[in-house]
Amino acid sequence: MRNEIELSVSGEQFREDVLESYSPKLAKKRKRQILVNQVGDNDEVPEILANTRTAPGILTMRGCAYAGCKGVVLGPTRDILQIVHGPVGCCFYAWLTRRNKTKPRTDEDANYMPYAMCTDLQEDEIVFGGEKKLMAAIEEAVALFHPKAIGIFATCPVGLIGDDVHAVARAAEAKYPDINIFGFSCEGYKGVSQSAGHHIANNKVFTDVVGQLDASPKGGKFRLNILGEYNIGGDAFEIERIAEGCGVTVHSTFSGNSVYEEFASAHTADLNVVMCHRSINYLAEMMEAKYGLPWFKVNFIGAEATARSFHKMAKFFDDSDLMEQTERFVEAELKEVEKVREEVRARCEGKTAMIFVGGSRAHHYQELLHEIGVLTIAAGYEFAHRDDYEGRKVLPNIVVDADSRNIEELTVTPDETRYNPRISEEERAEREAAGFTFSDYRGMMPEMPGGTLVIDDCNHYELEKLIEYYKPDLVCAGIKEKYIVQKQGIPMKQLHSYDYMGPFAGFKGAINFYREIDRLLNSNVFKFAKAPWDESPELTATYGYNN
Amino acid sequence: MRKIAIYGKGGIGKSTTTQNTVAALAEMGRNVMVVGCDPKADSTRLLLNGLAQKTVLDTLRTEGEDLDLEDVVKVGFKGTRCVESGGPEPGVGCAGRGIITSINLLEQLGAFDPQYKLDFTFYDVLGDVVCGGFAMPIRDGKAEEIYIVCSGEMMAMYAANNICKGIRKFAEAGTVRLGGLICNSRKVDRESELIEALAAKLGTQMIHFVPRDNMVQRAEINKKTVIDFDSTVNQAEEYRKLARAMEANTKFVIPAPLEISELESLLMEFGIAD
Repeated sequence: MRNEIELSVSGEQFREDVLESYSPKLAKKRKRQILVNQVGDNDEVPEILANTRTAPGILTMRGCAYAGCKGVVLGPTRDILQIVHGPVGCCFYAWLTRRNKTKPRTDEDANYMPYAMCTDLQEDEIVFGGEKKLMAAIEEAVALFHPKAIGIFATCPVGLIGDDVHAVARAAEAKYPDINIFGFSCEGYKGVSQSAGHHIANNKVFTDVVGQLDASPKGGKFRLNILGEYNIGGDAFEIERIAEGCGVTVHSTFSGNSVYEEFASAHTADLNVVMCHRSINYLAEMMEAKYGLPWFKVNFIGAEATARSFHKMAKFFDDSDLMEQTERFVEAELKEVEKVREEVRARCEGKTAMIFVGGSRAHHYQELLHEIGVLTIAAGYEFAHRDDYEGRKVLPNIVVDADSRNIEELTVTPDETRYNPRISEEERAEREAAGFTFSDYRGMMPEMPGGTLVIDDCNHYELEKLIEYYKPDLVCAGIKEKYIVQKQGIPMKQLHSYDYMGPFAGFKGAINFYREIDRLLNSNVFKFAKAPWDESPELTATYGYNN
Repeated sequence: MRKIAIYGKGGIGKSTTTQNTVAALAEMGRNVMVVGCDPKADSTRLLLNGLAQKTVLDTLRTEGEDLDLEDVVKVGFKGTRCVESGGPEPGVGCAGRGIITSINLLEQLGAFDPQYKLDFTFYDVLGDVVCGGFAMPIRDGKAEEIYIVCSGEMMAMYAANNICKGIRKFAEAGTVRLGGLICNSRKVDRESELIEALAAKLGTQMIHFVPRDNMVQRAEINKKTVIDFDSTVNQAEEYRKLARAMEANTKFVIPAPLEISELESLLMEFGIAD
C-alpha cells in the first residue's frame, strides 16, 4: 500500500482552512492532531498528538470510559452476569448496541446477554447512597440465575456520591463464596475517552478472572487466545471457523462469544494474538509478564490480512502438519474470495473513502477496502494513543499525562508457580533475527500512503469540511456520524455495529463486505433522492398575528 | 414574604442564632417558617423542644411520593412552622443533592403557599457553601436575603468572605442579596470593630452584635430558645434587637469579597493593635 498520493486540495491547505475557525489555543492543539501523512524508509512518520482531552464544545465522535469497559470489553461475554450500578439509561444504552453475538453450546448453558441488569438508581439513592440497593440487586441476581461470576459497573453518579462497588463486591463474595464477584470503577468521566475504560476492564479481568482456573475446559494441540475481537455481527464465529479449518484451537476470545471459564483458564493457552491493539494490549502484556504467554498482532479484516495472520500463527507453533493444513485451507478460501473480489473491484476501483472509528478499525478496514481498489484518503481514531498511529516503536517516547496517570497501571511480576515462558529467550531472539515479530504493532500511519490525512479525535465540523473539500465516495464511522453524512448524499457504513450486517472478518466476512460496499457505492439511491432544500431552497412563512 | 438564608462557618452558631431570632419574631406576632438544610437535622430542635422532627427526605423514602405537607411540617414555638430537609449518614450519598430534592418538594407541596400568611421563611444552611446543593437556597430566588453569622476569629471571617464569593456569583444572575453580618461573639479583642470593618469592606453592615452569654447554653440544654426559657433575661432582649434590625433592614447589596491579603491585613490591623 505504500506510495504517495496527491489530494484534490492538499492536506496542508485543508488543515490551514479548518484551523482558521478555531480559537488560537484550540488551533494550536488541533494542528498537532491533523497531520498529512509521510512515511520514511524505516516507517518514520510525523508525530501525532493523541489520547488527549477533547476541547469542550466540540462535537466529538468519542464515547466514555463506561462505554469502553461495559459496552466494549465486557459486554460481549455471555455468562458473566453484568450489573450496571447507575441510572437505567446508562444500562440500556450500553446493552448490545454493538451487536456482539454469542452462541451458547447447549440450551442449558447460561447466557445473560439478552438481559439488561441495572440497579436503576433513583434520586433517593443518589442522596442516601446506593450500596444497599446494589447488594440487593446482587442478591436478586444470585437468586434468579446463580451465575459463576458477576461484574459490577460503576457509572458517573456512583463515582460522584462515592459508592464503593469494590467493597460491595467483597461483601457479596463473602456471602456467596462460589461466585466470583468483581467491580469496575469505570465511571464515564474517567480519562479522556473510552480508552480509559478498556484499561480499567483489562486490569480487573487480569487480577480477578484470568488465572482462577488451572484446568482448561478445552483440549487441542495448538491453543491460543484471540484478544480484542468482540464478535460484532458474528466476526468471531467466522474466525473460529477458519481456526478450526487451519487446525488451531481458539481457547478463548476476549471477549466475543466468550464464557467465564475460558477467561479464567486463558493463561493455560500457549499464545495470545491481538486483534484490537488499543483495547486489550494491556492484558497481552500482563499475561506475558505473569504467565509467559508471548503475543503478536494479527488482523482478520481483509482476506489477505486473514491469510497472513493464520500463516503467522502456524509458523509460531512451528509444526509442519499445521503449516500444511493452514496453507491448504487458506488457499481454498482465498480462491472463493478472489471470484467475488475481481467482480466487485471492477466496479469500485479508484473510489475514495474516509474512516473515523475505533482504535484499530480505522486501520484494519483500509486493507479490506484496498482489496477492492478503494483508497482511504483520510483516516483517524476516536480514542487511540500514539502507538496505534505511529507503531509501538514510539512507546518509550510517549509522555504520560495526568489524565492517564489517573488510570491504574498494574505492576506485574512472574507468577511463582505458573510462570512458564512458552519459548525461551534464545529461541525468541533466533526467531526475531529471522524476521518473526513478537509484541508488535506497526501502527496505522506507516501503512497509509504519503499525502493522505490522518486526524485524531475528528469532530463533526471537521468531518463536514472533509466531505466538502474531498467529496469521498464512502464514509465509515459510527452512529453519531451516520446521518450527517447520509444527508449530504454520501454512502455511510457504520463500523461499530455494521448496520445490521456481518460478519466482515475472515474470508466469508471479506466477501460480505465487498458486496456491501459494492451495493453502497454503485447504487443510485442518492442520485434519485432529492432533498427538499434542493428543489425549493428557502422555506417562507409569515406569522399569523401579523395578518 | 421575606425569604432569608443564614450561612456561616460550621459551629459558629447559625442554628442557635436562627432559632432564637425566629422565636423573637414569633413573639412579635410574625408568621415564620424555618427550613433546616443540614443532614444533621438539628435546625429546629429549640423551636420544637427536642429532635421530634421527621425529615423531608426520610418521609419521602418511607411514604413514597404520596406525602402531604403535614407529614413534614411541625408547628413549634408560638406557631413557627418547622421543616428539616435531612440527608444521608456521614460518608455516603450526596447531601447537596438531598437539599435540592427537599426544597423542590416543599415548593411542590405548597409549603410557601399564601394561605400560611408567612412573613418570613428562614433557610438554615450547613457550613460553608461546599457544593451546588448547599447553594440551592440562594439559587433561583429561593432565598433573597442572606445573613452571615461570623465572629472575630480568623477562620469565621475567612468563611464569611468565601460565602460572599458564592453570593456574588448568584447575585449577579439573580435576586439574592447580602443583608448583613451577624456577629456571634467569641469574645475576641475589638471584635465588634473588626466585624464592622470587615462588613464595610464587603459593602455591607454588621446588623447586630450578639454578646456571648451562658444563658444560651442553659436554654439549649433545656431544648429551648432563650425567649422560651426565660423571656426576661438580657440575652432575650439581644435576640429581639436582632429580629427588629432584620425586619427593619433595607440595605441589601451584592458583596465585594476581599482578596486573602486584604483579609489578612485587616486582622493584623485589629488583632495586633495592642
